[in-house]
Amino acid sequence: MKIMKKTVLAAAMSLAAATGAQAAGVSDDVVKIGVLADMGGVYADICGTGCVTAVEMAVEDFGGTVLGKPIEIVSADDQNKPDVGSAKVRQWIEDEKVDAVNGLVASSVTGAVTKVLTDAKKIALISTSASHAFTTKACSPYNVHWTYNVAALANGTVKPMVDAGKKKWFFITADYAFGHALEGIASKVIETSGGEVVGKVRAPLGTTDFSSYVLQAQASGADVVGLANAGADFVNALKTSAEFGLTETADVAGLLVFTHNAKALDPAIAAGMKATTGFYWDMDDQTREWSARFKERHGSIPAMGQAGAYSMTMHYLNAIKAAGTDDSDAVMKQMKQTKPNDFFARNAYLRNDGRMVHDMLLVSIKDAASRKSDDDIYNIEATIPGDVAFNPMLPACDFK
Amino acid sequence: MITASHNSFVFLGDFMATIFGINLFALSGQLLVGLINGSFYALLSLGLAIIFGLLKIINFAQGAMYMLGAFFAWMALNYMGINYWAALILVPIAIGIIAILIERFLVRPIANEDHLYSLLLTFGIALVLQGMFTHIYGSSGLPYQIPAELKGGTKLPFMYLPNYRAWIIVSSLIVCGSTWWVIEKTKLGAYLRAGTENPQLMQGFGINVPLITTLTFGFGVALAGFAGVLAAPVYSVSPEMGSNILIVVFAIVVIGGMGSIGGAILTGLLMGVVEGLTKFFYPEASTTVIFLFMVIVLLIKPAGLFGKEA
Repeated sequence: MKIMKKTVLAAAMSLAAATGAQAAGVSDDVVKIGVLADMGGVYADICGTGCVTAVEMAVEDFGGTVLGKPIEIVSADDQNKPDVGSAKVRQWIEDEKVDAVNGLVASSVTGAVTKVLTDAKKIALISTSASHAFTTKACSPYNVHWTYNVAALANGTVKPMVDAGKKKWFFITADYAFGHALEGIASKVIETSGGEVVGKVRAPLGTTDFSSYVLQAQASGADVVGLANAGADFVNALKTSAEFGLTETADVAGLLVFTHNAKALDPAIAAGMKATTGFYWDMDDQTREWSARFKERHGSIPAMGQAGAYSMTMHYLNAIKAAGTDDSDAVMKQMKQTKPNDFFARNAYLRNDGRMVHDMLLVSIKDAASRKSDDDIYNIEATIPGDVAFNPMLPACDFK
Repeated sequence: MITASHNSFVFLGDFMATIFGINLFALSGQLLVGLINGSFYALLSLGLAIIFGLLKIINFAQGAMYMLGAFFAWMALNYMGINYWAALILVPIAIGIIAILIERFLVRPIANEDHLYSLLLTFGIALVLQGMFTHIYGSSGLPYQIPAELKGGTKLPFMYLPNYRAWIIVSSLIVCGSTWWVIEKTKLGAYLRAGTENPQLMQGFGINVPLITTLTFGFGVALAGFAGVLAAPVYSVSPEMGSNILIVVFAIVVIGGMGSIGGAILTGLLMGVVEGLTKFFYPEASTTVIFLFMVIVLLIKPAGLFGKEA
């Protein structure tokens, strides 16, 4: 049996080497990167055209060509609809010979798109999606998940609070894939740290009025109310919590806070709230330098996914250069072998399951008095090492 | 056997206690927040009902005008230093003027066409406005503070009622009530209703019907602007806020009976409560319950709860 396994393995390896050799060089004489994101809807600010700008900047900084061939960018609006996104990507692959797709925001869209990409052996460069499914139960040898995920959010924000004695939790959860994933993983963190979940409500996406849920949270007697939602849902939920006095009697924890949403909050309500983020523009000189360039082109400071989109594009292009080909298998292998190191990726490496493990930041929202400008939103409280923040790799997803 | 029935009796007793004890308190809170939401629904559906009932225009831009109201309040404060109270008066007037321009130059030229044309036109206006504001201000929303006079709240036996939420109910009831009274009970209202029923005859009596039409449209839309200012401090001021609420409001108008003024107000409040209770008992269905209600009402009473049978 053992011998047979070895033979099969050897055959597979030589086959892989053969295909690798065949695919050397750049297919179709162009490296084409698609940027798929919600361009005009609820998530437009956190990736959208900003992700396109970030990818453009990376291509320009890289020099515009790789292995002597031009690098092109195409972009499209997925409208947060999985069918729209996967149809677009299918067309990109078939008609436009796209090699990799960057951007990728709503986890539902990313779930559909990564399937299409994996079938075609093309690379998904996931910048803004939150679900950890893309490197766990829906993992693929062609998935690269860069900026953050729900596990990092739960470990970063929830665990320190439970450890500090905030044992009883209540969740207000966005009622779709992302919210469920975030609530699930945060609940696990709470329970393993000795806390308990005393209740939860599932609020439909796009709920305007959260007062009913806030009353239920209040009645539960929880120490902490975790908001497992994002974007406008998060802003509305937090505003209402403050209005109904929930913030006086319990801690309210935003589990996924983007800088753009934090900016939309009245500092009087949000000051002091902690959050976990994959990137903050004002961390050091390197982040400030890049962010200033980004802001000059895009008009606003970068969201974490936009910075991630740049960093990931750079790493992808460097891998093509080093591998001498844009063949997906060779590029993936190269990306996993070389450690990314730039203004975004600190102490970083791309794990075999496609998870990019890097330092995360625990931040708190500044009060009005200590803000020096409109963009001065966070205090950096702590750096969370990547191996602590992210979920461990599943053996089934160990793609070498 | 006896033990079993005794047990179930005790269980029933406990059940009643929770109904009349803690749960009743929780329920009162939910009813009240439902009513607050209903106040927004009432204001918005009233505007739609007036425009449809009197002018037979299906105004799909009502949600966008609500959004515009909230944004104008924010702009007035941040660019011109106009506070909340002044905005509450000035913004609806500004929105009313915009509506009048829209009616005069865009809607009137197609007034004699099928309803579908005005529906598509106003829908297009809504999309343009929403796109424009997303482009300029992004989709994340803008902060707007509760005015200092209404900060804080009152401790009721069953819940903490923020003063601003109480103000929402009061102001919306005043505006809705007086609008209903003007249209249904005054001479001006009678002209209005007659002018739309039989324009030629009224014109013959020397009433300027086109002017009445324009002003009615302006007023109906101004109500949405008013609701927008009212919403700015409590909901996220974002380009999406109008489209999120519009479909629900249309369902409410249909449930109340297209064009029934009083029906729109009462149904708005009622649906706020129905939705609030759903959020308590089964939150997952809270966005669908109003449509479910609409289906049932249309099956049983096709003209709506308060509509007159055609």
